[in-house]
Amino acid sequence: MTTLKILKYVVYDMLRSRMIIIYTALLFLVSFGIIYTGKDVSKAVISLLNVVLLIVPLVSIIFGTIHFYNSREFMEMVLAMPVERKHIFWAEYAGLSLTLAAGFTLGTGLPLLIYGGADGAIYLLLSGVLLTFIFCGLAFLGSVINKDKAKGIGFSLVVWFYMAVIFDALVLAGYFAFSQYPLEKATIIVSALNPVDLARIFILLKMDVSALMGYTGASLQQFFGSWFGMMYSGIFLLLWAVLPALAALRIFNRKNF
Amino acid sequence: MKLTLKILLLLAINFGLIQAKDVTVHQGESIKIAVQNCAAGDRIIVKEGLYKESEILINKPIELIGEGYPVIDGLAKGEIIVIRSDSVTIKGFYINNSGYSGMKDYAAIRVENSNHCTIQANRLINNYFGIYLANCKECTILYNEASSNAVSESSSGNGIHLWKCSGITVSNNTVTKHRDGIYFEFVTGSIVKNNSTFKNVRYGLHFMFSNNCDYENNVFSQNGAGVAVMYTKHVKMLNNRFENNWGANSYGLLLKDITDSYIYNNKFTANTVGIYSEGGTRINIDRNTFTANGYACKILGNCTEDTIRDNNFFINTFDITTNSSRNANLFTGNYWDKYSGYDMNKDGTGDVPYRPVSLFSKIVEETPEAIFLLRSFIVDILDAAEKVVPVFIPESLIDEKPRMKKVE
Repeated sequence: MTTLKILKYVVYDMLRSRMIIIYTALLFLVSFGIIYTGKDVSKAVISLLNVVLLIVPLVSIIFGTIHFYNSREFMEMVLAMPVERKHIFWAEYAGLSLTLAAGFTLGTGLPLLIYGGADGAIYLLLSGVLLTFIFCGLAFLGSVINKDKAKGIGFSLVVWFYMAVIFDALVLAGYFAFSQYPLEKATIIVSALNPVDLARIFILLKMDVSALMGYTGASLQQFFGSWFGMMYSGIFLLLWAVLPALAALRIFNRKNF
Repeated sequence: MKLTLKILLLLAINFGLIQAKDVTVHQGESIKIAVQNCAAGDRIIVKEGLYKESEILINKPIELIGEGYPVIDGLAKGEIIVIRSDSVTIKGFYINNSGYSGMKDYAAIRVENSNHCTIQANRLINNYFGIYLANCKECTILYNEASSNAVSESSSGNGIHLWKCSGITVSNNTVTKHRDGIYFEFVTGSIVKNNSTFKNVRYGLHFMFSNNCDYENNVFSQNGAGVAVMYTKHVKMLNNRFENNWGANSYGLLLKDITDSYIYNNKFTANTVGIYSEGGTRINIDRNTFTANGYACKILGNCTEDTIRDNNFFINTFDITTNSSRNANLFTGNYWDKYSGYDMNKDGTGDVPYRPVSLFSKIVEETPEAIFLLRSFIVDILDAAEKVVPVFIPESLIDEKPRMKKVE
């Protein structure tokens, strides 16, 4: 109950900052533009994949970090009242992620809906929402570790860059280094270490099936295409959404304001 | 000599010297006996019903017509109808349960050493081979349906099987759940059109050493290994559709040592590989549309003087791949949906050449598991960098005149 009450103020605060509205409008314009110029919805979904895998994590983690530091005074004020810390934390986390996720769903989902949707569209939206929660959690983790705002934002940027680019480069280097070995199982395990990769596989399996079905990815397709594989990627995405947030909460509980 | 006899026979029929007559067979009677007792030129009309017969041998020019699809049940014993005469017509039967043998190719309808036969509008269900022509000329196979229950390649037969024939027309047939839908070996000057083959365990269409044949308006879908054609010259493939051939060894169209051929206006949709060409020489691949394939074209290094012109490439994971660092084929005037160049003089042709082979496809070729990184940001960056300064991809494999708009 307390959480909901605080949540109301957080959401109100988020909407007042107008950032979220700009974010939604931007996503809407980009998605609409891609679909409109592409004229082929299923191809547009592939282009939108990059938006979901790059922009959504970036905005979530940077905006989340800034939001946390900006809400510091508000949090301190609430902390002065007889309210448990976890209520404040969850309210902040939920308020941030929910508004960003709503903005994303509206901005990207609306153009897809207007143009009749495509096979992968629902998975695209689902993955985008999950990524929003995941990167908001990571943003909070970075913010509670670093007291300094600039340091916190820097930390977030590095985390994003690692997840979006460096991790895949390392994996690629790994493929070159160990190309003599069977790598299917290793690939499946490694995929769980990066939510962006998990989300990408999750969406691609619904769209690029023909390629993944080929002799190249037959075993990957068998794994990720099965119910077990869907559960595997789903569960790890959820873990990525919950674990960083829980870690952040632990630190937040002991933090000296 | 044969021709003279035929003319004499025709004359005889025309002048009423031989009275061609209609013979009717009812349920309970034997088709075999009716065929034995009839004369050349007769018409045998088989009424609706169940006829449990096999090895019906036709050795004179007659018409065997089924009314209301009479069922001939071979009871899994040998061949069902064997034709060893010219100008025989078989029409309107439901023929099922031919024999099965590992030694002999038992067929529902077998035609041997005969010319000008017509096999029309039959339903061939649950047979080992459907229609089998050996050493025939100028025959017509049309509007038949062949459906079996093939499980493995070794224990099943082909739907329409032609060996050493010429001038055959195969049109408007449907073949499903056989080994190969349509199989040609040493067949020349024949036409295959408006057929549909699907869900066969091996190939939808399979031919070898069959020069000068035309394939038009056929649909080949969901076959175990797609379509494979080998060791043949002067093939024409127009307006066919190759769809949904998915799997580790599945190809929309596999070309092996095909020479001087023409592949025009076909649609390749959702195949693991659209066209796989090995040892293809002087093949023109024009105005085809490749949509949503894993690999649109795999053109191996031993293909020479092929022309890939005016084709459309849409949402394929990889457009062109090859295993060679050289290229001896011409790519020009195609529409590539991944092309990002510009057209300053508005002539419809992009001013920047397009390289359809991506670095990532080479990586996947070497390390199949790397498909995991498909559409990853880092892969896009690497591909873009490689396209500017090609190091790994064949430098001469390039479309100098990529289209800005798709070919209609």
